[in-house]
Amino acid sequence: MKITHSWLKEFVPSLAPPAQLAAQLTLAGLEVESLAPAAPPFEGVVVGSVLEAVKHPNAEKLSLCTVTTDGTNRLQIVCGAPNARAGIKVAVAMVGAKLPGEVTIRRAKLRGIESQGMLCSARELGLGTEHDGILALAADAPLGQDLRAALDLDDTLLEINTTPNRGDCMSVLGIARDHQAAAVRQLLRHTVEAVPAAHAEEFPVRIDAPEGCPVFASRIIRGVRAGAESPAWLKERLRRVGVNSISAAVDVTNYVMMELGQPMHAYDLGRLSQGITVRWARAGEPARLLDGKDYTLTADCLVIADDAGVIGLAGVMGGQDKAISDTTTDVLLEAAHFTPSAISGRARRFGLFTDASQRFERGVDPRLPAQAIERATALLLRIAGGQAGPVSLTHGTEVTAPIHVSLRRERLARLLGAEVPDAEVAALLGAVSENVTFTGTGWSAQVPSFRFDLRIEPDLIEEVARLRGFDEIAPRHAIVEQKGGEASEARIPLTRLLTAMADRGYREVITYSFVNPEDQRLLFPDLAGLALTNPISSELSEMRVSLWPGLLRACAQNLRRQQPRVRIFELGRKYLQTEQAMREVETLAGVVAGSRRPEQWAVAKESTDFYDVKADLAALFELTGEPQGSCFVAEKLSCLRPGRTARIYRDGEAVGWLGEVHPGILRKLDLGTSAYVFELEIDFAFRCKKLTFKEFSKFPGIRRDIALIVDEKVTYADIEENVSVSASGLLRELRIFDVYRGQGIETGRKSVALGLILQDSSRTLTDDDADAVVTAVVGRLRQKLNATIRDQ
Amino acid sequence: MSADQSLASILEHALADIAASADLAALDEQRVRFLGKKGLLTEQLKMLGALPAAERPAAGQRINESKERLQAALEARRTALEADKLERELAAGAIDVTLPGRGEEGGSVHPVTKARLRIEAIFKQAGFQVATGPEIEDDFHNFEALNIPADHPARAMHDTFYFPDGRLLRTHTSPVQIRAMRAMQPPFAVIAPGRVYRCDSDMTHTPMFHQVEGIVVGESVSLANLKAMLLSFVQQFFERPLGVRLRPSYFPFTEPSAEVDIECVFCGGKGCRVCKHTGWLEVLGSGMIHPNVLRAANIDPERWQGYAFGMGIERLAMLRYDVNDLRLFFENDLRFLKQFP
Repeated sequence: MKITHSWLKEFVPSLAPPAQLAAQLTLAGLEVESLAPAAPPFEGVVVGSVLEAVKHPNAEKLSLCTVTTDGTNRLQIVCGAPNARAGIKVAVAMVGAKLPGEVTIRRAKLRGIESQGMLCSARELGLGTEHDGILALAADAPLGQDLRAALDLDDTLLEINTTPNRGDCMSVLGIARDHQAAAVRQLLRHTVEAVPAAHAEEFPVRIDAPEGCPVFASRIIRGVRAGAESPAWLKERLRRVGVNSISAAVDVTNYVMMELGQPMHAYDLGRLSQGITVRWARAGEPARLLDGKDYTLTADCLVIADDAGVIGLAGVMGGQDKAISDTTTDVLLEAAHFTPSAISGRARRFGLFTDASQRFERGVDPRLPAQAIERATALLLRIAGGQAGPVSLTHGTEVTAPIHVSLRRERLARLLGAEVPDAEVAALLGAVSENVTFTGTGWSAQVPSFRFDLRIEPDLIEEVARLRGFDEIAPRHAIVEQKGGEASEARIPLTRLLTAMADRGYREVITYSFVNPEDQRLLFPDLAGLALTNPISSELSEMRVSLWPGLLRACAQNLRRQQPRVRIFELGRKYLQTEQAMREVETLAGVVAGSRRPEQWAVAKESTDFYDVKADLAALFELTGEPQGSCFVAEKLSCLRPGRTARIYRDGEAVGWLGEVHPGILRKLDLGTSAYVFELEIDFAFRCKKLTFKEFSKFPGIRRDIALIVDEKVTYADIEENVSVSASGLLRELRIFDVYRGQGIETGRKSVALGLILQDSSRTLTDDDADAVVTAVVGRLRQKLNATIRDQ
Repeated sequence: MSADQSLASILEHALADIAASADLAALDEQRVRFLGKKGLLTEQLKMLGALPAAERPAAGQRINESKERLQAALEARRTALEADKLERELAAGAIDVTLPGRGEEGGSVHPVTKARLRIEAIFKQAGFQVATGPEIEDDFHNFEALNIPADHPARAMHDTFYFPDGRLLRTHTSPVQIRAMRAMQPPFAVIAPGRVYRCDSDMTHTPMFHQVEGIVVGESVSLANLKAMLLSFVQQFFERPLGVRLRPSYFPFTEPSAEVDIECVFCGGKGCRVCKHTGWLEVLGSGMIHPNVLRAANIDPERWQGYAFGMGIERLAMLRYDVNDLRLFFENDLRFLKQFP
């Protein structure tokens, strides 16, 4: 909320200058978000009085005013404002005055008549946006006084962030009170002078919802001046704290709310019938509120009603029908206490956010209504005249007994980790509560009615720590139990995967967990994504069932930004809805598009392909110590290109996919080039067995190469299996060093060149041993795979 | 011409010719010419027998001396010629070392991840365990158990994403507090990093961001301990001593509560645009765990107490790496990512 330094100073005469005050407030928990001057700099503007105002002889909309600024001088000023009239006090920019926006006032002829200055509007002085007429000052403003002094414009605005627990600080009084406690450790007691009743008339009020409205204060003021406007000083104060001036009666209620914290309402008494009742709304009951909109209420809404229906949503907003108008002469002032639980959340439900609801939700002092009525009465009578009746207090419930909270000395020291001298604790508690007593082991304090946040021991501990200053607590390192931390080898650590990917040239991205449902349907027509009720936009409205939608969008964007090569990956969750539950699956996924290598000299420019990415994944599986546990099986997935799609298995369990994005999908996602994607479920894909050292052979190995020709449909996995089965345990490693199709090979067949590394663990192999293996292998390949052997 | 004169002359010519030999072949020719079987010096030796016996030793010595000089000259010349040859070969084999190396370029780790891993490392070394929890949460763990009942004004601070069945996307990592506390026996120290979500998107808000939550529960874990931990965290994270201040604030799940400000990393506390001329930057929220929260986690608040804190990783990453726009973290522009190897 906004308050002004000068307003606060009325309550705390010894107030520090703004910057220092801001620091004090902030360190006591009332964070000052900004400091701003109340008005921009200007000079040469003084209080003047319009003696005479006549029509400009040469201009329809201008008038010719005679103005004095000292009672004797007579300045002739041309003015275009409709409200320029004899008898009002105005802000006169004298010749030579410097106004905001680097305007300097000069003697000038306007339509043939000389103007010796200017009468200023609020906007011209940087005091708000009002520009319908000139600024009318209070009748008692001293002639010739500098306007900055007259309107106290060298004031400072403080924007204070009040936390939701401190409803009591949502007023000038509340902030003054807390500041007083922190700065001088005294409880500020404020009393409001009562205005004696001039008549005995009271308005009937009934409370049918006592649990929501413990007390309701009202007062009839008859005979106020219809259409009375607030004086400049009051309007100016409201402007500074962000409240628009509406009419004297409404301004007064707003002023009192800002000053004391009690939301109020002013009704046009003439429009009220019979009496008013505070009750719970009937389900579906209609209400038209001050914003001119119609609302349909639920049974848990507290309302102010008369015989005809709802005239206000209690603690949120008044109704339109009974509002003050230009013709109102009799006013009913309301200041009620509504309990936080009766108001909380109601405004938000209707999309409303009002000064009243903000305060009632957080808690308003139940003892405040009568004082607020007195303060408002005094102001209203001063501004608009009228005769006040007595203050009527209608009680819904008995005034509740004061709350006492106790604080143990031992707990205070233990929670803060600091000793606070007893006398200091007592003084600090005394600054925020009443009747502080020492109990031998601690203290008991009576919580003031305006503090809704002091209910349990830690609340008092916070008060002591806060008012004393958190700086007073010396940092001290905790002594902790020493336990060994986790360093598991059961799975590749996420950080290792991250490093491995980065070291292989991938860049980590972070994409949103919610994606465009259209992308998701396109890629995974069979998977249902969990939709958000209130997404930020339709493009981010469904939880991802895969990391691919986000990654492919990120890839497309980078390609559009003229990046020739994209290798990105993400470590994050996908959200899979199964029949039983929602699974959040930790996933490693990536997209690769563009050239195989960064463009460089002496390396041919080739597009990346399936095997490049497969090698990257194989390198990850290598980290498990058991690369042979993973296999890639040709399977189908609708978003991937048939024939270039592999499902990835670990120990027989499906853990992910690798493939080329289906060309049809590339087009729809605006990807101008082919792209490969992969996705692995981390929990299953990267499990490790404990590493165990295996003896290696001391004897030399022998290499034999075989070139065979097989049908296209024979896979490397087929060849590998048949070779290892037939190599009689001597095969240490099988290398494939060429796959060839074309000239010299019949169509539909391919030539495959294998290197067999043979080795025995207990002896040196002979050529005969090697020949025997080759013979066996070749025999098996011929028989099982219809292979022919190319001549060496 | 005397024999001596002849020897001197041969030596003189030989030395000159050796010096003039342009390559190893020419040098070898000179060796044969002077020291070969029919070489000029060899001939001199052969003629020794013709001399009177008395002169032979002296003459032989002179010839041998000449031979040694000649051999030394030959050797020196050969060494020089070989060195020249090697030098020429090496010169011919020189490459342009300024050409770039071949192969794959380096990848990168997202700056938010970099910051998260550093935060984790700092706390792990202080004895914290790392815990995780679901991102799709229920009202109980995200709000109720954290002392934020329905209609609590603090809920307005959390613009929550909901699902039709009433579940929600966690608005903070605090629900992990509850889950961890329910699963563990005090004393313990846990951090919980992860994604969190708020229904808000503008210059300074993204609908998804990252937090790290920390809780420590023990019999005498105090605000003074919290302060000490945060001070050392800030010092380690920014790798320099920075002023830290705790400012009283409010969170429903802690009491007392404090916002933690650090001395502005840009101006050193003198006041600048980034710190709005206050000299301080708000980096995290903290406090002593509220008894209601301990109770919700089945921990007896009379015996146990503790502190909790929560920090936004993006905020810390921005301050650490001078990133001036939050949204850059989620645009995944390679030109941005490349800057974080």
